[in-house]
Amino acid sequence: MMSSIMRESHIMKIHYLTALVAVGFVIIHIMVRVMQGFSDSLLFDNVIANYKSIPYAIVLEAMLILISVHGFNGLRIILLEIKQGRVYENAVTYGCLAAMIILIAYGSRTIIMASMGMV
Amino acid sequence: MAAIFPVSSQEKHEKTKPSTKSITLRISKFNPGKDHATTFLEFPVSYEKWTTVLDAILEVKNYHDHSIGVRYSCRQAMCGSCGMIINGKPKLACFTKISELDSDVVTVEPMNNFPLIRDLVVGFEKMFSTHKRIKPYIIREDSEISSGAKEFLQTPEDVEKYIQFSGCIKCGLCNSACPTMAVDSTFIGPQGLAQAYRYIADNRDQGKDERLRIIDERHGIWGCHFAGSCSQVCPKGVDPAMGIQLLRGYLLGYRK
Repeated sequence: MMSSIMRESHIMKIHYLTALVAVGFVIIHIMVRVMQGFSDSLLFDNVIANYKSIPYAIVLEAMLILISVHGFNGLRIILLEIKQGRVYENAVTYGCLAAMIILIAYGSRTIIMASMGMV
Repeated sequence: MAAIFPVSSQEKHEKTKPSTKSITLRISKFNPGKDHATTFLEFPVSYEKWTTVLDAILEVKNYHDHSIGVRYSCRQAMCGSCGMIINGKPKLACFTKISELDSDVVTVEPMNNFPLIRDLVVGFEKMFSTHKRIKPYIIREDSEISSGAKEFLQTPEDVEKYIQFSGCIKCGLCNSACPTMAVDSTFIGPQGLAQAYRYIADNRDQGKDERLRIIDERHGIWGCHFAGSCSQVCPKGVDPAMGIQLLRGYLLGYRK
């Protein structure tokens, strides 16, 4: 069980920290979009250009990880509150962990491929 | 100096004459072993300005329906036995005057988030076992009562940190009002968490780490949404919601 590997307070520290840091990165992200002009920023070439800028790709990767960790832990907490039971709780915990890893892996793949000019 | 005026016999008579005010008391009846659904029995009850909801229930029990299940003991908000839902809110029946409810109909139901035994009586086993689990006593290796030892002294400031939490009478109203307990039956609950804080904040105690480990679990302290209903309903002025936030401070490391 995740909570037997990690104490719940450690998980919650990560939960709060990821939220705070993600807000910082989202602010950077929004500011960059606004500087460029919002409609221009959505053009295909401009979107691809974002990924080719290494610092910006790092910002996107960080946002992906932070929001995934925070979001899936939040989902785990909500689902554990709705229903209880050892089997259900383990399924929810490992399910959320797996979904988080898959999303981060898939998103990272997209960021890496785009930054390397593979799309 | 206050002046003393003689009370006339007419005034005396007015003060002692029976009340003409009455309410309809609706009592929830349900026996899980026999009944299929909850029914509400209605009784007209006359009241004075000092009549409590418990007085009204006992009048009905004595003169109208002996079968009504109600738990009570001290009648002075000390024992925590007569917690129930009165007009939708968790309250002590002995500590709630009918005149203060400002309603012609008073509905009494068993407390939420507890297993129902019968009518207005709920089971406290889980609350008491949770209370025991958080070790509600001073933990330390030495003792005040061993020979040669002195009394453990505390300053008024030390006492101030936990004294309000010592007022808990284990009536269960906070657990009944808790929205997390309504969905998560394994949640420790505000009563247990407030008592954990009471002993952790006591500077004579050395069991902080032990208790923090107990509450730092999946259905422990982090389940609290800080709705504050527990503090709102406590008849003894305990503020479990604040205790929970202070406990979180220990676990997050910004309180030592």
